[in-house]
Amino acid sequence: MSGKNRTVADIVGVCQEMFEDLSFNYARKWKAAKPGRKVVGFLPVYSPLEMIHAAGCLPLGIFGGGDQMEVIHGDAYYQSYICRIPRSTIELGVTNRLDFVDGMIFPFVCDVIRNLSGIWKIMFPNVWSKFFDTPQNYDKSIGGTYYVQELHELKEGLEQMTGRKISDADIKNSIKLYNENRRLIREVYSFRAKQPWLAPTSEVYLLMRAGLMMDVEEHNQMLKDYMAAAAKEDRPKRDNVRVSIYGSFCEQPPLNLIKSIEMAGCYVVDDDYSLNNRFLMTDVPTDGDPLEALAMTYIENSVETSCKYVPDGKVKGQFHVDAIKACGAEGVIYATPSFCDPALLDRPMICNKLSEAGIPYIAFKYAENSGQMQPIREQAGTFADSIKLWS
Amino acid sequence: MSKPEAVKEASMEMQKKMIARNYDAITSKHETGRKVSSTFVPGNLNELLMCFDIVNNLPEINAIQAGMRKASGGYIMEAEKSGHSEDVCTYVKADIGQMSKGNIAPNGKPYPNPDVLMLSYTGCYTFMKWFELLREEYKCPTLMLHVPYEGDGHSTKNMRDYIVKQLKEVVIPGLEQVSGVKFDIDRLRQYLRNSAKAEDNLVWCLEQGKVTPSPIDAYFGGVYYIGPIFTAFRGTDDAVAYYEMLRKEVQGRVENHQGPLTPEGTYFNDQKYRLIVEGPPNWTNFREFWKMFYDEGAVVVASSYTKVGGLYDQGFRHDPENPLESLADYCLGCYTNLNLPTRVDLLAKYVEEYQADGLLINSIKSCNSFSAGQLMIMKEVERRTGKPGAFIETDLVDPRYFSAANVKNRLESYFQMIEQKRRGGGSKTVAA
Ligand code: SF4
Ligand code: SF4
Repeated sequence: MSGKNRTVADIVGVCQEMFEDLSFNYARKWKAAKPGRKVVGFLPVYSPLEMIHAAGCLPLGIFGGGDQMEVIHGDAYYQSYICRIPRSTIELGVTNRLDFVDGMIFPFVCDVIRNLSGIWKIMFPNVWSKFFDTPQNYDKSIGGTYYVQELHELKEGLEQMTGRKISDADIKNSIKLYNENRRLIREVYSFRAKQPWLAPTSEVYLLMRAGLMMDVEEHNQMLKDYMAAAAKEDRPKRDNVRVSIYGSFCEQPPLNLIKSIEMAGCYVVDDDYSLNNRFLMTDVPTDGDPLEALAMTYIENSVETSCKYVPDGKVKGQFHVDAIKACGAEGVIYATPSFCDPALLDRPMICNKLSEAGIPYIAFKYAENSGQMQPIREQAGTFADSIKLWS
Repeated sequence: MSKPEAVKEASMEMQKKMIARNYDAITSKHETGRKVSSTFVPGNLNELLMCFDIVNNLPEINAIQAGMRKASGGYIMEAEKSGHSEDVCTYVKADIGQMSKGNIAPNGKPYPNPDVLMLSYTGCYTFMKWFELLREEYKCPTLMLHVPYEGDGHSTKNMRDYIVKQLKEVVIPGLEQVSGVKFDIDRLRQYLRNSAKAEDNLVWCLEQGKVTPSPIDAYFGGVYYIGPIFTAFRGTDDAVAYYEMLRKEVQGRVENHQGPLTPEGTYFNDQKYRLIVEGPPNWTNFREFWKMFYDEGAVVVASSYTKVGGLYDQGFRHDPENPLESLADYCLGCYTNLNLPTRVDLLAKYVEEYQADGLLINSIKSCNSFSAGQLMIMKEVERRTGKPGAFIETDLVDPRYFSAANVKNRLESYFQMIEQKRRGGGSKTVAA
């Protein structure tokens, strides 16, 4: 549905509805619309959605249960000292909310999601599931060669699940659509960085989350519509400080947390929320072998984030410093899920680099179902005030 | 048969001397000119490091040593004060905290800085960040060997080729550069031959847990039995000699129908309960923890922790005919690199084959690699074997998370449940 006349409120309304719908009705309807259609769920942080799309399936981002779902069964699977996302994902499974999902991809993030892939195999033996281990060696001939073969195996798995061959042309076509998606997302991010009062993060976030649950072409149109509509909005520019948010790449904070940060006087001008759609930073070439193209783009042009090894210690964290400069942020909020090893083990290294670069930061932890926002609002407010005072 | 106490003492004494010699080799590197690497236990490449005359230092083992000396609590607090989260693995914090407190080795001398961080990245995410953190401190070369996870229940040719390629193109040239020693594959073959010999004897010893009474404790005693082979000695003549000696001791106990020696110096013969244990032990209260078992008559007949450095009992041996490929297979097959269904299969098999009364899980707060999914493992093993499971929670080296009263209560209820089950009652789980 192209909508030249769609307003920001319309678009954000659709996204919010999808975000809140833990029965995944969009995906259910998509699947029911044509016989033989299949849906493949994927967890954070990165899976090549082009492959799922090329297989004729709908990629469905699974980000746990958020703060709207009561976890009753999931807690019986996880000790108190493990983050929330695996238990609420189990909850989605055992309450049949994912009963229409034909396949699941568990990419490498950390040992929690890694082990969750095995739990899924035990609990849902009839669902095709794949643990997808991306390389930690970034030499094209070593990690690249390994990755190309992993993509072949992913392709074969998808073919077996759907019963239909995936051609190079299919993959190239999907790459084109996702290249466009990434380009538009970069545009939205830079639009927000330039005029954050026109594109608040509480909206941009919903736009991105919905995009990971819907047909990519539909999302591409939606991104264009959003930018056109947001540019026309009459929204006052406030005396807010500009911050980047890092550490939130896997379990997502409640929407209220994002709103609280904004209400405390911060414009969020960069973030690593639901990173899948920005993981590759450049277009994937559409000439030559498509699997090679996907692999080499990952090797050479993907983001630095905690689930990846940084081979050169000297540049560890520099990615963040550069990103902060590029978007003009004045400070960083390093916000991580509780018990999140990747983000928390990385925190001292990233924050040291920020200190060296003279970038102020604060750090706190959250859970996807955190309820109390007052402390966060106060912390973010004090941080914003201190930046204003000293800058 | 000669006096069992003396025989037992001999293997322990021998291991103690081996460890002391290794610490001396590490701390005297400036005098001897030898290079020192830091590396991890699962998937360690000890034989390869030996080819370059590199001494092997294992921060995980240092953390354990600090735990047993009751020093780890202070180190952890130190690391937390400097910005490390209370939520992350306490091995890392014990190591980092120890650095800021002078970094003194158990022989009283300071640890020298490592010349290379050999990041064998097998089975645990934390390893990667741990060495990124150490790299900031030591600024020395870091060699990453990425071992893919057996997520779909098996290794593939692609995984193996990837590891071998990294060994050939990253690890070996990197170690040559650090050490100045040229790689000699025949030297590696010789060490691997030694490894396989020691592995045969280790497996024989571990399998004696099937005997009644069990002549070994495969958890509390097990951590000693695996010491040399999981650390800096696999591939050495010393390790071969150690496992021959250990085998004779275990053989002696089998012949005399004796159980393992407890720390109190008595043979634990009156074994009422036979357990399989999953997860690492607690180190800060190790003896107290062990006592809770033998006081109640519980012996551990098999454990998963004795498989973190290799599943030799499932048939794997280092192979001098295929040296690099066998190192790759070794890394791929370490316990924490196996997916959950495979871990469940293994534990259920142990319950059956070792005629155990059930599976006890010691869940470690620090360790997602082991802990995330253990409740599911317990349920599945119970379902498959019909034997009751139990769940306790402690930490490796953080004394704040060892509650003796809680653990003791939980164990007592578990033993009651086993009794009940024997009398024909139903199975029920003792869990948090
Ligand atoms: S929130 Fe962190 S610890 Fe939890 S699954 Fe995600 S990356 Fe792993
Ligand atoms: S997380 Fe577990 S396996 Fe990894 S270093 Fe810590 S204790 Fe060891």
